[in-house]
Amino acid sequence: MSSAERASGAESAGGSGPSWPGEIYRVLKDAKVSHMSFVPDAGHTRLIELLAADPDVTTNVLTTEEEGIAIAAGAWLGGTRSVVLMQSSGVGNCINMLSLPAISRSPLLMLVTMRGEWAEFNPWQVPMGSATEPCLNAMGIRTFRAERIEDLVPMVGSAARLAYEADGQVAVLISQRLLGAKTW
Amino acid sequence: MADATLDRRPAVAALLKDRGDLLVVTGLGSPSYDVHAAGDHPGNCYLWGAMGGAALVGLGLAQAQPSRTVLVITGDGEQLMGIGGLATIAIAKPKNLVLCVLDNGHFGETGMQRSHTGLGLDLAAVGRACGLAAETVTDMAGIEGIRSRLHERRDGPALFVVRVRAENVSRSLPARDAVYLKNRVRGSLGLPVS
Repeated sequence: MSSAERASGAESAGGSGPSWPGEIYRVLKDAKVSHMSFVPDAGHTRLIELLAADPDVTTNVLTTEEEGIAIAAGAWLGGTRSVVLMQSSGVGNCINMLSLPAISRSPLLMLVTMRGEWAEFNPWQVPMGSATEPCLNAMGIRTFRAERIEDLVPMVGSAARLAYEADGQVAVLISQRLLGAKTW
Repeated sequence: MADATLDRRPAVAALLKDRGDLLVVTGLGSPSYDVHAAGDHPGNCYLWGAMGGAALVGLGLAQAQPSRTVLVITGDGEQLMGIGGLATIAIAKPKNLVLCVLDNGHFGETGMQRSHTGLGLDLAAVGRACGLAAETVTDMAGIEGIRSRLHERRDGPALFVVRVRAENVSRSLPARDAVYLKNRVRGSLGLPVS
């Protein structure tokens, strides 16, 4: 399947949600990612399910997102490619721990679902949502921001290559507009 | 602490005696110096920052290298900052991860301010509440017990809280270049370093 086909944005065959989580899962598998840590977000629900159900992927549920940054560095030390899933508020919890992949030039791939922007109803999400990208950049983490579904899947593939092949520290920010506003 | 009779340097030296293929991650500050003083080794990954992360670096390494035992040696202040990590490790259940907290009840690197453990918190009890096999060690016989856990059994994550005297001993400084330290560990495991 080509990247363009993967990035169709069409509903999945079951019609139970967008197809991009499954496409990101395939991209991560193709990139030999076998390890995942997460603090959940509604936008990551399907991808968490897919990775957690994969017997070849080790999954850790975290109490705070910075744990995942340290775990990913340790996994790389031992030869394993790890991905960290969180929402934008969790990026604030990670700041000092990001020193570790930055100073050791250890691969880091973060997939961050954004809150506090498009059609946000909860004002408490706004300060950290606004600060997410500047905080990451201030710590030396490269950010790719996906506004459109057709960009998201190839962006994750590109970020994975930059992380695991070029020792990069990369976060893909999945915009709230792409995810759809949270409904209550 | 009345029961703190161990000196940290001989305790760590005894812990690492005949270490075999043990992989060691150290928390910033005195634990890094203690492990370095016991003898530098390519299987040592010394942290100089990332406070609260030592046990979790150990978790990632243990999950990536299930055939090797990973020992994390850190201090009470460092582990307290990452106290939620005890819950994460207990749930992850790596059979090959052992945490050893050198507990002097103080933040030794910053002027010996008393820490939560120095003010009464029982870190081993916290570990047990999380679901870890955890015990407090106060003498050299206990250190030998940790060694047997490291080399003879691999039956789930364990936490040992080793009570040591609150004292600043002379520094024994390991390399600070994290890229070098990372590549040295990876090289010792036969992994690509470039």
